[in-house]
Amino acid sequence: MKYMLMFIGESEGSDAMAPEDLKAMYAQVGEWWQKHSEAGVLVGGHELQPASTATTVEPRTGAVTDGPFVEAKESIGGYGIVDAADLDTVIAMAKTWPASSKVEIRPIVEGN
Amino acid sequence: MSTAEAAISRVFREEAGRLVGSLVRRVGDFDLAEELVQDAIVEALEHWPADGVPANPGAWLALTARRKALDRVRRNARLAEKLQLVAASEAPPEEADDRLRLIFTCCHPALAREAQVALTLRAVAGLTTAAIAHAFLANEASVAQRIVRAKRKIVRTAIPYRVPTGAELAARLEEVLAVLYLMFNEGYLASSGPAPTRPPLAEDAEWLCGLLANLMPREPEPLGLLALMRIHRARALARFDAPGQLVLLQDQDRSLWDHVLIAEAGKLIERAAAMRRAGPYQLQAAIAAVHAESPSWEATDWTQIAALYGLLLRHLDTPVVRLNRAIAISHVADAEHALELLDDLAEALDGYHLFHATRGDLLHELDRPEEARSAHRRALALTENPAERSLLERKLVF
Repeated sequence: MKYMLMFIGESEGSDAMAPEDLKAMYAQVGEWWQKHSEAGVLVGGHELQPASTATTVEPRTGAVTDGPFVEAKESIGGYGIVDAADLDTVIAMAKTWPASSKVEIRPIVEGN
Repeated sequence: MSTAEAAISRVFREEAGRLVGSLVRRVGDFDLAEELVQDAIVEALEHWPADGVPANPGAWLALTARRKALDRVRRNARLAEKLQLVAASEAPPEEADDRLRLIFTCCHPALAREAQVALTLRAVAGLTTAAIAHAFLANEASVAQRIVRAKRKIVRTAIPYRVPTGAELAARLEEVLAVLYLMFNEGYLASSGPAPTRPPLAEDAEWLCGLLANLMPREPEPLGLLALMRIHRARALARFDAPGQLVLLQDQDRSLWDHVLIAEAGKLIERAAAMRRAGPYQLQAAIAAVHAESPSWEATDWTQIAALYGLLLRHLDTPVVRLNRAIAISHVADAEHALELLDDLAEALDGYHLFHATRGDLLHELDRPEEARSAHRRALALTENPAERSLLERKLVF
């Protein structure tokens, strides 16, 4: 089953961090990413630019607004796509994520 | 509940979980397997009260679930393959007990606590949705909805059907025990509603805990929780007086306690202690046992109770445990010292009626009547349980 892992953190994201902390964090994230990619579990994903760069469009009205769809202290800073046997495997993996305060796990709708 | 109904519930308890467990394993669809067994239970309730319980109720339920699967094949093309599998399956004569896996799936931390409770009662203990709704004084449609959502989540997120192993087991077992203890407490001391206790729910929780203890013979904590439930039940008769008013532990008629049950609980605690892995439920059971084995309130070994609460704090450092430790200390040291310990908890426990009730009692002892009354009044405003309310009201008369 495929899942999306949403990495949730402070909305300013990495912009608010000291350069040396940032470097250490990226090193850990890189290691985590490589390990799970090589295992064939992590099949995709990206870091996102901070929420302040978001643009929201409402297709029904054509309205275009600055900012994320919901203003919050925390927002999604990146995502990963995981292919795993079950939720417990993904929970165990998410527990070792080295950056950001929360990881939301959502199964991906497949095959229709 | 009539005797016949109670007998039927006991049959469901024994058979439902086994059947759900084996069907989930064979079909690989938790939602479907559980639904078919629930259908069979509902049908049994239509026939058994009049026709009597069949000689082999497990086989009757399995056969009915198979027939239900066949009925559905015609209506549901998408699930046809899985349903055929159920319809064609003959249970091997001595099938392994799958209920432990079932319990861990129902109590998975990805499900909300209320859903864990409802699902465990339905899938493992064989309660109908109507019975669960009745036990929680809830609307049947909303309980049904909660169960449907939880089962959908199990299927859609692929919550595995297995007993966790290694480092994961401790945390997951804790989750299961928390579900069972909440279930028991809802039954033993209802937090709201007109009836102060709802025994069938407490009985179901105790039965589930006994099952868990049997299925995990090397784990001490299920034994600890089982002992704790037994001791609570042993004192049940003395907890309310004839007009239905709550009686404090200190005022209870100890000859009404079930001393056979208390001795049984003591043996469970010893069995758990022999495994040399103390845990929060074993310690709470040990504390309850010190009370239960004491011949009178005056003879209570408060030094030991205070020490046990001290140990419990290492596993379960909550304001309520600190409150109980302070109460124990108030019996061995002076009320002034206990009040100091209590006042440290003022912020954390401001919304808890027992905090204010205890504070009121200590202030009364220290001869500060005005403050005592105001604390008791605050406690009264914070509980809805009729028996506890009337107890506090009586205190306020003086």
